[in-house]
Amino acid sequence: MAHLNFAPPPPFNETTEKLRADVRAFLDRELVGMTPAERARSWSGRDVAFSRKMADRGWIGMTWPKKYGGHERSALERYVVLEEMLAAGAPVGAHWIADRQSGPSILKFGTEEQRQTIVPRIAKGECFFCIGMSEPNSGSDLAATRTRAKKVDGGFLVNGQKIWTSGAHVSHYMILFCRTDTTGEDRHAGVSQFIVDMKTPGIVIRPIVDLSGEHHFNEVFFEDVFIPEGALLGQLGDGWKQVTNELSFERSGPDRFLSTFTLLVETLNALGPDANERAAIALGRVTSHLMVLRRMSRSVAGMLQRGEDPAVQASVVKELGTTLEQEIPEIVRMLVDAEPDYGADNPLVAVLAHNMMHAPSFSLRGGTREILRGIIARGLGLR
Amino acid sequence: MSETTDLIHDMAEKLFGDMCDKNLLDEAEKGVWPKALWSAMEEAGLTRALTDENAGGSGLSIGDAMVATRVAARHAAPAPIAETMLAEWLAASAGLSCPAGPLTVAPVLRTDKLSMAREGNGWRLKGVAHRTPYAANAAAIFVLVEAEGKNFVARVGTSMTRIAPGHNVAREPRETVSFDCALASDDVAPTEIDAARLRAFGAAMRTVQIAGALSRALDLSLQYVQERVQFGKPISKFQAIQHNMAMLAAHSAAANAAADIASEAAETDLDPIKIGVAKTRAGEAASVGAALAHAAHGAIGFTHDHTLHFSTKRLWSWRDEFGKESEWSALVGRAGLNAGGAGVWRKIIAQ
Repeated sequence: MAHLNFAPPPPFNETTEKLRADVRAFLDRELVGMTPAERARSWSGRDVAFSRKMADRGWIGMTWPKKYGGHERSALERYVVLEEMLAAGAPVGAHWIADRQSGPSILKFGTEEQRQTIVPRIAKGECFFCIGMSEPNSGSDLAATRTRAKKVDGGFLVNGQKIWTSGAHVSHYMILFCRTDTTGEDRHAGVSQFIVDMKTPGIVIRPIVDLSGEHHFNEVFFEDVFIPEGALLGQLGDGWKQVTNELSFERSGPDRFLSTFTLLVETLNALGPDANERAAIALGRVTSHLMVLRRMSRSVAGMLQRGEDPAVQASVVKELGTTLEQEIPEIVRMLVDAEPDYGADNPLVAVLAHNMMHAPSFSLRGGTREILRGIIARGLGLR
Repeated sequence: MSETTDLIHDMAEKLFGDMCDKNLLDEAEKGVWPKALWSAMEEAGLTRALTDENAGGSGLSIGDAMVATRVAARHAAPAPIAETMLAEWLAASAGLSCPAGPLTVAPVLRTDKLSMAREGNGWRLKGVAHRTPYAANAAAIFVLVEAEGKNFVARVGTSMTRIAPGHNVAREPRETVSFDCALASDDVAPTEIDAARLRAFGAAMRTVQIAGALSRALDLSLQYVQERVQFGKPISKFQAIQHNMAMLAAHSAAANAAADIASEAAETDLDPIKIGVAKTRAGEAASVGAALAHAAHGAIGFTHDHTLHFSTKRLWSWRDEFGKESEWSALVGRAGLNAGGAGVWRKIIAQ
């Protein structure tokens, strides 16, 4: 019978715990004065100077080969850095996508030239990425992508539109997912990925303001945008396979259950040791979920490290993790006699307002809840 | 997993898979002791899993014993495998030997406090222990009791007690045992284990058992939805069913991860926070999972004739035994509140 096996995660060791102590000391120094409301942004919080400092310590591109600017550390060591950053609410957003998936994709599928020119800059915290997947008529149905790259002399001409592109306005490159062949019957064939320089003429970026009034995502228009042949990532027509691989990295990390961790921190601070039994029960439940998710997420990290394909397990982590992230504001509002207020001085109500308003996006970004459940069902042999 | 662990897993899977059929489980619900099953377990060394080899046991690690327990629970084995291990562990902590046959421990409720005082050259043990698992089937009950400000383990032959019948909702024996017995000094010895630690070990056992039972409920559900045809196709083709199965599988996976946490804690420091985390998460998975499994099975799964209830009734029992979610999450939550916002990550979650 099909079972979702989560093998025991690789155990932490002296090296990882030494690293953890270093990261904690760094965070204690660097995050002084950062408000809870700022920490609540989690991996959407952006601070280029902070990203550079992380890079200086070798905490971007940690597992990548040294010859491409990486540091050849283990996936487990990288995991320690990520989780410590997120738990502290560090502003890791600038480099997050490049470090999590763009860099690894280029290393796995890219040409030698792409690896040498781009990857070291990512590791230095100088080069940020956005993901060009969704389109107005291609959201969950990624294979319906219509943006097209047409072969021309010396390269491709791109026409079309991407949407919900987080950080397009502050990224150096986009990994563009688009159609390169419109003739076949198979919707999963004829799609490819390109590394697109965001300064290329013909690219127009328009902000989309979210319901909280913040600007994270964008529309990106391509009108006769010429991209050179060397921008193709991987094999022409292999885009679907490549994207599927990328998504396991995107869906299983601690960023999928720690997005509202700052709210737990502020709630514990506000209620204190004398909190009533009801609060202890509710917060203990949240903590229990977090600790089990952390184990499952580390298990997936171990599978990725061993070169296994944990696409289904990654979907389980994201589905359970985002459900918890979304529950935390709902639980907290029942424990405190205060209303969410974005601009309040009281850190708890400010963080509550921020998390509550951003919670709907947690089960949309990186694959909707419904898509993930479909992936899990396929893994169980039901589809 | 080590090679030994794999061997134990496969051996247990074969033993319990072969023997725990519907007939055996039906008979056990009626109160028939599964004699052949227990003999087979004895032969396989599973009834003295934690006892040293030189004392006639199998000398398994706690982790490997937990693997066998998870498999037994997967097949709803109607025998005190977990309770016997608990008793062995408790007995060993006091240097007491175990008589042949099934064993159990008491008290298992926080509200039951037994008393013991010196009498002649030995002791007198008094009190009532409710919901004692498999007391009437046990050769001995190992009682954890405080006396003279210290913790002791008392080995009590079942014939010395008065036992009133009782069951959990899975019809596993949970009996009321009344003690008023004189014990020889050889039957009592001090232990480092206290009530909280016994409860933690019990909770770790039940967590592992929940993981086993839930994985069976998942298997049965996956099989049923692919066989059952409605509206001209197997119901597994409907998206609503697929999503329910995805959630059942996700909770089953979480319960198994929780069981791994509990098992590792039981093998090492018996950290009450880790065990509390595990029991809390597994208990919730039991509730959600049992409901989803029943939803998938429709009315047939609600019948006594179908086998699903052997798993779901155990889930409904085990999630409460040795502390339900509210008890353990309160302990975890209190630790978090004491650690405060700055400490919850560094001192608890990622300590």
